Amino acid sequence: MQLTVNGIVREIPEAWIEKSLIRYLREELALTGAKIGCEVGACGTCTVLVDDRPVKSCLKKVGEMAGASILTIEGLAVADGTLHPLQQAFIDAGAVQCGFCTPGMILVAHALLLRNPGPTREEIRRAIHGNLCRCTGYQQIIDAVEQAAPHYHEF
Amino acid sequence: MQSVKAKGWRNDAVAKVTGRAQFTDDLKFPDLLHAVPVYSDHVHAKLLAVDTTAAEASPGVVRVLTSADVPGANRFGQIIRDFRIFADDRIRYHGDVVAVVVAETREQATQAAPLLRVEAEPLPVLLDPEEALKADAILIHENHGSNVINTHRVRRGDVQKGFARADLVIERTWQTPFIEHAYMETEVSVCFPRPDGVLEVRGSMQHPFSTRRFVAACLGVPLAGVEVVGMPLGGGFGGKDDTAAIVCARTALAAKLLNRPVKMWYSRECSIRESYKRHPYRVYYKMGLSGTGEIIAVACKIIADGGAYCSVTPWVTWRSTVQCCGPYRVENVHCDTWGVYTNNVVSGAMRGFGSPQMNFVVESIIEEAAEKLGMSAIEVRRRNLVRQGSVTITGQKLDGHTVAMEQVLDRVLEAIDYENKLKKCSRGAGDEQYGIGLAMSYRGVSLGAEGVDFCAAIVNVQADGSVILDVGVHENGQGAETAMSLILARELGIAVEKIHYKRSSTSTIPDSGTTVASRGTIMGGGAVALAARELKTKIANIFAAELHCAPEEVRFVDNHLLGKEENHALPFAEAMRRMFQQQQFPYALGVYRAPRVTWDEESGQGNAYFTWVYGCQAVELTVHKKTGKVKLLNAVACHDVGRAIDNTLLLGQFYGGMAMGTGYALHEDLQIVDGKIHHANLNRYRIPRALDLPEMKAIVVENFDAVSPTGAKSIGEPSNEIMAPAIANALYHATGVRHYTLPIKRTPADGTKGGR
Repeated sequence: MQLTVNGIVREIPEAWIEKSLIRYLREELALTGAKIGCEVGACGTCTVLVDDRPVKSCLKKVGEMAGASILTIEGLAVADGTLHPLQQAFIDAGAVQCGFCTPGMILVAHALLLRNPGPTREEIRRAIHGNLCRCTGYQQIIDAVEQAAPHYHEF
Repeated sequence: MQSVKAKGWRNDAVAKVTGRAQFTDDLKFPDLLHAVPVYSDHVHAKLLAVDTTAAEASPGVVRVLTSADVPGANRFGQIIRDFRIFADDRIRYHGDVVAVVVAETREQATQAAPLLRVEAEPLPVLLDPEEALKADAILIHENHGSNVINTHRVRRGDVQKGFARADLVIERTWQTPFIEHAYMETEVSVCFPRPDGVLEVRGSMQHPFSTRRFVAACLGVPLAGVEVVGMPLGGGFGGKDDTAAIVCARTALAAKLLNRPVKMWYSRECSIRESYKRHPYRVYYKMGLSGTGEIIAVACKIIADGGAYCSVTPWVTWRSTVQCCGPYRVENVHCDTWGVYTNNVVSGAMRGFGSPQMNFVVESIIEEAAEKLGMSAIEVRRRNLVRQGSVTITGQKLDGHTVAMEQVLDRVLEAIDYENKLKKCSRGAGDEQYGIGLAMSYRGVSLGAEGVDFCAAIVNVQADGSVILDVGVHENGQGAETAMSLILARELGIAVEKIHYKRSSTSTIPDSGTTVASRGTIMGGGAVALAARELKTKIANIFAAELHCAPEEVRFVDNHLLGKEENHALPFAEAMRRMFQQQQFPYALGVYRAPRVTWDEESGQGNAYFTWVYGCQAVELTVHKKTGKVKLLNAVACHDVGRAIDNTLLLGQFYGGMAMGTGYALHEDLQIVDGKIHHANLNRYRIPRALDLPEMKAIVVENFDAVSPTGAKSIGEPSNEIMAPAIANALYHATGVRHYTLPIKRTPADGTKGGR
């Protein structure tokens, strides 16, 4: 069984098949950008994209990911460190405070913009509704997604 | 404002948007052990024995720690030393930790935890603070003498005469709930013994110095033998103080005894079960007014459920007492406040710190009173608001800063078109009912008479002109490090990228107190500004002659030292290099000491806070009559912050505070049954989500406050403390039903729980 994480094809170790995807990413691959906030799929801090769709990785077993392509926050910036326009927009708009929800929030927004590069603010709210943030009141996060949207027309 | 940075810049933003920011749970160490807390299922019981044998025999378990393993003090606290690192004599609430299991893996520790055997004899459970005040109530702390943690009072004028003169006397009872901080990052600590003999503590905590006191006391070692190093913090909101410190103390104990690095990470269920909450209040409030709307007298009884341990209940309830009449002038006040022990979860610091409860009360009753008088609630407020030179209910004259109460009110009324929209409110008519509501407050800045209030900053310029900045405030996510860096960049006239904010460590900067009470910017920023000014004086004295001017004429602009004439300029970096050559360190320690405050506990009179901030918020909403569903349409907040250090960060504090206030008003409910929290995870405990919130508008008023070296004051808590009453008032204008209990639960077909 194989899966792809941030473009790298990996064999799923036997010992990890029945374990949660979030623990595999954090403990086995040291991709600690995805966080553990509730382990019941309520907070979204563990969000990663599986084949471009947001998934709460605390609810998925690694074995379910066979053949899938996973994007974590570590895979979004360009290899040379250049920020993705969405990441830059999060900074410009002041969408980052404590930063614990930020990786998951950026990834749900990325998934939204990939399928809808011109969302309304209401559509952005709907897209991020499954991801909790206690710091920002979401307003500057929504600003950031709005500001990043034009970049997605080019993709 | 001099532009020294790109829009939105934060020193930690790139790390946070790329996933590279390392929070405590992201730390990895070779040889790392994992610890988990173990609870009993008791709420109140005499602890007879803890049998660790079976748990210790479980695979991978290295050790099980209990109170018997604590070499120093097992009991500690910031005010009363009643917190137990481990339960020793009794279990006093459902979140009391009996033991910690330490194992090679977290899985192994978790598997062993249920094997712990606790022998305990159940005791009567006290969950109602008023029951706990009765003479025959069981004592929760048997040596304390009563269940009263503390009392406070205000005595001003003569309330009996005041009520006798009043044309309207209105008396109501309010109840507010426990509130969970719901920081996205749960409690976590990693501790390791260092080869130099120091025990290093990393953790998710907003008070490194308090944590160090807890750890050192528990281990029985000197303060200098523990170094607490700050980590990126996944939210605090007041909640990462005592509990976080105790989590660190237990972890440190394991690391010390086992001589290995130990990590203790809290699941959300453990976090919500054990961590302290915002205090529930029961408030009996009586207000007397003249026929023309002047408040003549207020009598109130405030009962705060402090839960099982003291924590900071005396301080929280002190703020409630000082601010018990809201931003209004009242000549006759009789306020009695009790903080009370119960067997509920512990109550402690949370954003607002005793004000959200009282603002809900005062901003509700003043509207009800206005209606009974047939007057506009805005007009009644105007007649009573504190103004320049007014004397507060504790006898403090408000001067030395701009009293901006009417200014913030007027800005909100205009921005939301309040008076016109008020006329359109449904007042119970129709199926989709519309309402607008407003609330206002003033707030004493920083700690006031709660404690010693001063802060240090070290500006350490290097020979190439780059700067290391170390300040005794902590980054809780609010952007404190960025704000401190910006203040320094503007003072020195250098680019902010030249400044490296050194992550806080208790071993490099003097104990500057805790980053709470919305004091980070005023106290930390004040210390930075004073350090920078001292340093500039030192530099100017050296280079003034060369710049053909007097030392006080040297300016620091655009990475240069400038004399009176533009052609007399010296690059900042060049000046720094030459200082080192001249055996001069470009280094300064700045200390900002809060101006003196006074308080007389007997009369409840004094200059409680050295300055005040002023705020007003309004909200529009609709309520669907059949389903009871509330939709927020719009929210506007206006706060006088003194001076904005950074607009982007500031707006984040406005919006975040308003959002949290929305949860307080409408959603958040722990469902505590028989002392056990039922909504112990985020799927049941419902904090606001994106669709729950409206677009918010922030209006920043800047009345420079000379008491603050930067002119800046506070925003973190002011933004959070009046949203709930604004929503309650809007709901009243929509439905015609008043609510006296939070969270406001509107059930279908206009049946109301908590209404009356």
